Amino acid sequence: MKNKLISIDKALDLIKDGDTVMYGGFIGVGTPETIVDGIVERKIGNLTIIGNDTGKPGKGVSKLVAARLVKKAIVSHIGTNPETGVLMGSGELEVELVPQGTLAERIRAGGYGLGGILTPTGLNTDVAVGKEVITVDGKEYLLEKPLRANVAIIRGSIVDETGNVYYNGTTRNFNPLVAAAADIVIVEAEKLVKAGEINPEHVMTPGILVDYIVLEGGKN
Amino acid sequence: MDDAKTIIARRAAKELSDGDIVNLGIGLPTLLTAFLDPALDITFQSENGILGMGTEEKENPNPDVINAGGAYVNVIPGANFFDSATSFGIIRGGHVDITVLGALQVDQEGSLASHIVPGKLVPGMGGAMDLVVGAKKVIVVTTHTAKGAPKLLKKCSLPLTAYSKVNRIITELAVIDCTKDGFVLRERHSSTTIEQIQSLTDATLIIPETVGIFD
Repeated sequence: MKNKLISIDKALDLIKDGDTVMYGGFIGVGTPETIVDGIVERKIGNLTIIGNDTGKPGKGVSKLVAARLVKKAIVSHIGTNPETGVLMGSGELEVELVPQGTLAERIRAGGYGLGGILTPTGLNTDVAVGKEVITVDGKEYLLEKPLRANVAIIRGSIVDETGNVYYNGTTRNFNPLVAAAADIVIVEAEKLVKAGEINPEHVMTPGILVDYIVLEGGKN
Repeated sequence: MDDAKTIIARRAAKELSDGDIVNLGIGLPTLLTAFLDPALDITFQSENGILGMGTEEKENPNPDVINAGGAYVNVIPGANFFDSATSFGIIRGGHVDITVLGALQVDQEGSLASHIVPGKLVPGMGGAMDLVVGAKKVIVVTTHTAKGAPKLLKKCSLPLTAYSKVNRIITELAVIDCTKDGFVLRERHSSTTIEQIQSLTDATLIIPETVGIFD
């Protein structure tokens, strides 16, 4: 079995300037903070980030925004991190706002081999501008295209050495979705256990989707 | 007299029925929980991934359990957690009975503007667009005016969060239904008159024979 556990330094080597990076987390809850801190320390910049929101000051990907490492954010909400709005206003940061359910499905489509999804959300709003409207059985839907990334960074509450992931509480959010939709997937483990220690029925993200494991806090 | 938010929250609480699955927006909508009849069995959905959300947890918060506003919450027995695709599948799939959310503007076609003031306030739509499209019943709670200017309009001037999806509007002055004919005044607050409500509403109200009164 491939050893997926790597050091935080090796993990950061996998993330390049100009990459598109997907991340789990909802206002920072479920975001891999150690990896985010590492990106800030290494100043890996010019990033396009895709996730639910831009965190809140001091938590989650807000730290990437504060360090001016983000070129573009594809998110559903920026209200909890006022700095994103300021940088958007000054033109330093491009923000593409996507309805939260649509964002989840676009990422899922990107991860699971679909050419897009049809949703009624956003019809007759600015979200529909430039998009194809498709009628199915008399009902209109927007065609929303898949999203993919170079790297996805996720956070697991319990991860086994094969990369199987279990999420506590509301940390799950976008983590299992982005885990499928990137070329390289790195999970930050709050707790790492041996194979077999997570009941197979409790695995929320199959290890096959996970390429590398780092430990929260970079303890290895 | 109670302040506007208290009046709105108390009246909005009456919209929830036994057995309902409900998603409440952050802020004013959440205030209605203080006025709910505890005998009612109501299940709260939080779009970040909870069915069966309890109350805000201040004493012993679990850092892994928040609501969609980022506050630590607890959950009730039978609660469950899920990912964002499942959460919005539940919402878009029509499994949520009622969503209660705030507004910047609502118009007589039932359209809602709640997520953006171009150049000024750009929080983003978050889950609001999906909630308004997917919930069986959409209730907007809002003060009747903002700095004296009507918020209930003939036509929204701000970018729409959804076109023609609002069912009912509750303000500190009135309960108004959005119908294919326009705004229908269902109830007025006991402190006000139909004339005053009309004078503070941009669109023309349809006044049925009976208009109820709430406190």
